[in-house]
Amino acid sequence: MKKAIRVVIARLGMDAHWRGSVVVARAIRDAGMEVIYLGNQMPEAIVETAIQEDVNVIGLSTLSGNHLELAPEVVRLLREKGIRDILVILGGTIPPDDIPKLKAAGIAEVFGTGSSLEKIVRFVSGSD
Amino acid sequence: MTKETEIAKEKKRWEAETLSGQSYKKNVKAMLTGVDLDVDVLYTPADIKDTDYLEDIGFPGEFPFTRGVYPSMYRGRLWTMRQYSGFDTPEESNARYKYLLAQGNTGLSVAFDLPSQMGYDSDNEDIEEEVGKVGVAISTLKDMEILFDGINLGEITTSFTINGIASIILAMYVAVADERGIPREKIGGTIQNDILKEYAARGTYLYPPKPSLRLVADAIEYCMNDVPKFNPISISGGHYRSGGASMVQEASFTMLNGMTYIESIIARGIDVDKFAPRLSYLLVNHCNIFEEVARYRAVRRIWAHVMRDRFNAKDPRSMMFRVYSAGCGDVLTYAEPENNIVRLTLMTLAGILGGSQAYFTPGYDEAYALPTEETALLGLRTQQIIAYESGVPNTVDPLGGSYYIEWLTDKIEDEILKYMKHLEERGNMVELVEQGYIQSEMARIAFEKTKKKMSGEEVVVGVNKFQASEKKEQIQLHQTDPEVIKKRIESVKQVKKERDNDKVAHCLKDLKKAAEGTENMMPYILETVKAYGSVEEIVTTLKEVFGEFKEPLI
Repeated sequence: MKKAIRVVIARLGMDAHWRGSVVVARAIRDAGMEVIYLGNQMPEAIVETAIQEDVNVIGLSTLSGNHLELAPEVVRLLREKGIRDILVILGGTIPPDDIPKLKAAGIAEVFGTGSSLEKIVRFVSGSD
Repeated sequence: MTKETEIAKEKKRWEAETLSGQSYKKNVKAMLTGVDLDVDVLYTPADIKDTDYLEDIGFPGEFPFTRGVYPSMYRGRLWTMRQYSGFDTPEESNARYKYLLAQGNTGLSVAFDLPSQMGYDSDNEDIEEEVGKVGVAISTLKDMEILFDGINLGEITTSFTINGIASIILAMYVAVADERGIPREKIGGTIQNDILKEYAARGTYLYPPKPSLRLVADAIEYCMNDVPKFNPISISGGHYRSGGASMVQEASFTMLNGMTYIESIIARGIDVDKFAPRLSYLLVNHCNIFEEVARYRAVRRIWAHVMRDRFNAKDPRSMMFRVYSAGCGDVLTYAEPENNIVRLTLMTLAGILGGSQAYFTPGYDEAYALPTEETALLGLRTQQIIAYESGVPNTVDPLGGSYYIEWLTDKIEDEILKYMKHLEERGNMVELVEQGYIQSEMARIAFEKTKKKMSGEEVVVGVNKFQASEKKEQIQLHQTDPEVIKKRIESVKQVKKERDNDKVAHCLKDLKKAAEGTENMMPYILETVKAYGSVEEIVTTLKEVFGEFKEPLI
């Protein structure tokens, strides 16, 4: 049997807006994947959990404007440990001009306000 | 046959003879209640035959306040136009406040950055990337002096969206007034100080619920004696709603939290009428004007009964649900952002027709970033147009008496009462939050709603219906200058170098002792901030006594 895709979902830094992250976590779980929901965490702790839990995807959520600093930090810490096969995705309030910068920094995909759950699930499951 | 029975009979006839041949939508549900509620194609006096005008609706300014908390409402005084704002540094925010006041804003509303809300000073290296991001950074009294530089605290009122560190901010505001020789009984404003909703909906709690509740009660008691015109708490449902809760949940959580605070003050042996008149509330609303108006009316009626019957309040002011309302940012879309201007107009109209005491119209760019000066101004102009051009303020509760509105007010009241009873049977609000029950109830509704939007069952114009062809949004966004933040961090370090550090240490020691005992902590916090003791120093001291709270898994 094929192993289920494992996803860790975290709210990045101090941002406590939890709705988007919880809703996305539920949708991913309902699609048959395994979700570890972390709540608020800094990049170090997120990467540590991701490695311990042997996840395929890290889903980050932030609406507080810290994304340009903290999201690339998650990718950097992964690369530092030689990890390249964990996908890092980001959702939240992200100004459009920041998206190319985030992608250049190694964020696989950015899902802004109003993104379709279906699209997110397809992306995470690797069928998109 | 009574008149109502005759009307009901006639309506049946009308349905059979006149309506039946028509093609029309059969199953229409209420949109925002979160419960299954059918909306009829037409309402008549027969639908409100059990409503007693004098008992259930009555007159504004009198029990049960269905039509409004003040007798002449906006004819007497317009609502306070209170635009929520704050960003970067105290200097930048001060400039924005002066700008908004010059444009006719009639009260201030301060947004804080996350580190300040979570009890960290700007010079803490761990949180550097969050400084000044979602609001203004406040670390010491020096920042508060700058924030209100050139603004007369005796003339304007200020609302602070602050919770975990609310008592520290209150102390700083009082300290600034003291410095300027403004008598404490002259300063007015509000600290949000509603810690219970932080555990479930907003996240800026610092200690476990019990000591947090003590801090809240300390501030309420302190204001009652020392700063009588200040609202020491704004019991807030809006954050639940923005986090996905339904209208019924928002109202129920708000009132149950309010009851929890009231019980904790009464437990100190204080008479309910001594503090209840200063309690205020915060709700948000969406675009469905009728459901929102009915909701505001239902909540006022329920609260009046709760205060009179459960808490034996005698002073009518204790029974008034005075509400600061806001448009719900959650409704605003990323696609075609200009559409949000229209949505915000509808939301503002709903809040005003609902009888709010103060209103905040967010920026239409909320789905992108913090508002710019232009979008903040547009929000204010929206309110001014409603106030001066629409005629809405000319008569009290203009929608009252509509068969639909009165029927809906009754229905929403029933649903809120039912849900409150369900929650109370499961436990008190502290228990429900510790169990994660409130959180999972919100998540349930949020998930259902998101699915409805995704499937198109719930229409969002420009998003899941009537989309324009691919078009890149051109929108000017608020930008934070990194240099400004760097300077900010230096200035906090400077204050800490220049103050009398022995005095600060001494104040913190006294505060710790008070926290370990049962005394009111407010006077000790005030002494500490006056010595330029910082937010983080006070919070760290209190955490040593109170510990921290760990988020339950949901």
